[in-house]
Amino acid sequence: MKHAKRLLMMIAAISGQLVTTSSFAVNDMEGGPAVRQLNFQPPVTAIASDIYQLHTLMMVICVVIFLAVFGVMFYSILKHRKSLGHKAASFHESTTVEIAWTVVPFIIVILMALPATKTVVAMKDTSNADITIKATGMQWKWGYDYIKGEGEGIAYYSALATPRDQIHEGATKGDNYLIEVDNPLVVPVNKKIRIVTTANDVIHAWGVPALGVKQDAIPGFVRDTWFKAEKVGTYRGNCYELCGKEHAFMPIVVNVLSEADYAKWVADKKKGSSAGAEDANKALTLAELNAKGAAVYASNCVACHQDSGKGVPGAFPALDGSKVVNGPKGDQIAMLLNGKNAMPAWKTLSDTEIAAVITYTRNHWSNKAGQNMVQAAEVLAARK
Amino acid sequence: MSTTIDHPHDAHDAHDHHPHGWQRWLFATNHKDIGTLYLWFSFAMLLTGGVLALGIRAELFQPGLQLFKPEFFNQLTTMHGLIMVFGAIMPAFVGFANWMIPLQIGAADMAFARMNNFSFWLLPPAAILLVGSFLVPGGATAAGWTLYAPLSTQMGIGMDMGIFAMHIMGASSIMGSINIVTTILNMRAPGMTLMKMPMFCWTWLITAYLLIAVMPVLAGAITMTLTDRHFGTSFFNAAGGGDPVMYQHIFWFFGHPEVYIMILPAFGIVSQIIPAFARKPLFGYASMVYATSSIAILSFIVWAHHMFSTGMPVTSQLFFMYATMLIAVPTGVKVFNWIATMWRGSMTFETPMLFAVGFLFVFTMGGFTGLILAITPVDIQMQDTYYVVAHFHYVLVAGSLFSLFAGFYYWGPKWTGFMYNESRGKFHFWASLITFNVTFFPMHFLGLAGMPRRYADYAAQFTDFNMIASIGAFGFGLSQVYFLFAVVLPAIRGGEKAADKPWDGAEGLEWTIPSPAPFHTFEVPPTVK
Repeated sequence: MKHAKRLLMMIAAISGQLVTTSSFAVNDMEGGPAVRQLNFQPPVTAIASDIYQLHTLMMVICVVIFLAVFGVMFYSILKHRKSLGHKAASFHESTTVEIAWTVVPFIIVILMALPATKTVVAMKDTSNADITIKATGMQWKWGYDYIKGEGEGIAYYSALATPRDQIHEGATKGDNYLIEVDNPLVVPVNKKIRIVTTANDVIHAWGVPALGVKQDAIPGFVRDTWFKAEKVGTYRGNCYELCGKEHAFMPIVVNVLSEADYAKWVADKKKGSSAGAEDANKALTLAELNAKGAAVYASNCVACHQDSGKGVPGAFPALDGSKVVNGPKGDQIAMLLNGKNAMPAWKTLSDTEIAAVITYTRNHWSNKAGQNMVQAAEVLAARK
Repeated sequence: MSTTIDHPHDAHDAHDHHPHGWQRWLFATNHKDIGTLYLWFSFAMLLTGGVLALGIRAELFQPGLQLFKPEFFNQLTTMHGLIMVFGAIMPAFVGFANWMIPLQIGAADMAFARMNNFSFWLLPPAAILLVGSFLVPGGATAAGWTLYAPLSTQMGIGMDMGIFAMHIMGASSIMGSINIVTTILNMRAPGMTLMKMPMFCWTWLITAYLLIAVMPVLAGAITMTLTDRHFGTSFFNAAGGGDPVMYQHIFWFFGHPEVYIMILPAFGIVSQIIPAFARKPLFGYASMVYATSSIAILSFIVWAHHMFSTGMPVTSQLFFMYATMLIAVPTGVKVFNWIATMWRGSMTFETPMLFAVGFLFVFTMGGFTGLILAITPVDIQMQDTYYVVAHFHYVLVAGSLFSLFAGFYYWGPKWTGFMYNESRGKFHFWASLITFNVTFFPMHFLGLAGMPRRYADYAAQFTDFNMIASIGAFGFGLSQVYFLFAVVLPAIRGGEKAADKPWDGAEGLEWTIPSPAPFHTFEVPPTVK
């Protein structure tokens, strides 16, 4: 008994030390979780606000019932003890009481269900949206397509932007660790945004707590949900359905802009894409290809093939010194377009992105491939 | 089935020749031996599943990936769930059923003694298949214990091993349930009508029907997964005309009754212990039977509350919300009945009663979070977050596991013939209760704040509560190691001799036989007044 007490004290002491000396002077995440947050994130839509209040109502009712019921139980534990000489009564049934404590909870449950019903119906009404955006879950990032409304035609991928050394090598973590992306979803404030979800491979889920939305993204099917943000700002969410090894590494960031800022963003985006940045006929310099390739690699390849290019022995091949990377270009282009076993087909990347990342791998680490440059036109030709 | 034995002398001679050594166990047909086998098996599985949980909590102690690759982390979460559900909790309750049902109804053994042997011995090979899947290329399945399609299609051969293991365990459960139903309906001692039967038998009767109804449904779901993986079917593959969400419907049609399968016997155990230690009859016996039956029936119509974010029509969301909230009513009735049993009793708080009252307190907390999750809009925010993880650990650990501990302390003296050490039992209770809450209470906050489940890594803002949970988890694990070495093993080897009825408030036929229970009991059925 004495040893057990000492062991417990030791555990308490160590835990106290560990918690207080945690090396993270991290701040609340803007639009995301706060440090040691106790409740839902502050709502920025009417629906999220309704949910917040529903939960508060439920908590109040549950706490009241809890205190009442366990007040009675603890009173009984204290007073109705053999050691105090209390003699046992002999009653053992009462139909009246059984009916009472069936009917009263039943009524309470109905009272809880009424406000909830209103919110369920409201959450399901995706009609008359101002802008419709398709969110496609893929292993392991999101793709956004603006399919209706202001911004129609804009499309891009959104992948985790946290540097891998923060994840794997214990580098100091930023405040937005694990919930930051290269290309956030951008929407205007006070407009009804309908999000249509689907997936390319397995089930994912698109969820942003501050907006009060979550919807499964199911391959081969479309589902939808909606939100209307009432405050300009940045809001962060996650993939909420187990989707494989990088499930924790495909976050969601939504930038809610004022109408004017949104219009500017749309104009910029459209100008950018039509200026031929993705023009397959444009020949880029080696430096341009390498720079772009590095970015593509960091967003798409590093999860399996690692920063070092050494892969994971037994699971993911090394690119550093790889025969495919150092050999004929055509083989590597085919590998990226068609995939092989665990390696997915990267057809969804643009010709320029594929050309750039192939070039990058051929000139990086210890690789000095003979054929060390690939242009977008070659990738386009190989797709046929 | 009442037999009058005119020659007790002959019967005694015939039974002198029961096997000893390894044959006694491999060829066991005695319900007590088979019960013991199930209990040891489930405890070994509990420790195995527990080690996996400690791996999870060690990785999640701090943000960043320090110990495991994320694909292995997903194996840990999946296997922790599968081992605990199918290897620890379910077989443990079957072990209690085997030991106690014949004793409580005054039967000499279970109806089908050899099938009983087969039911148990299917489990070790299944466990080897399941745990062994860690060692094959690709490792164990990493699709979550729910094995959703189409992620399940991407898994390696470990997934197929898991599927076969679950088929085997399912067959074991179905046979065991047939045995239990037949025994209870046909072999009660004369005078023991159904409404005089102990509550533990009632809850197992109902649970056995649930098992027979839903285990085949799980078998269907995992077989369709197997054929999708290897035989070119497209049940859950949209490209071939199938529907991934159909998997979820089939799985959860099994899955929801499954969680009631894991809690109803717990209700039965607690319904035996509280009256014994309050020295007062169970309040509202008939009501308790009806409430348990209502819970079982309702459990069939609520499955899609696990699927609120899959995109079902609004009418379905409303229906499943209402049906789920309705289950709170009979469950509440049971909680009130237990408290009414305690009320104005003459209570003492030996370890079985500590665990039973602890169960009442902490299971009900899990019940409240379940009610909150039943509210669809709130569930949308909490789906796949740590709030759900907190909820089901409250009801499964503080619910099912605590009731199993309570039952061990209560009936253990009957099994072993020795009293366990009371101070150590109390220490085990308090250590378990405190470390359990330290582990799982902070998870409510993590879920509210939006931390998703099945995540190998998390945003740095979630660090503090994760650290606390990890520390609690190691404490909880240590408490169970303490339980094994300081309580269970000593209580088997020796100690204060247990009386026939060590608990003065206990009622039931099991207390009319010696402790330890003789190899054969109730060869002549007793008459119950």
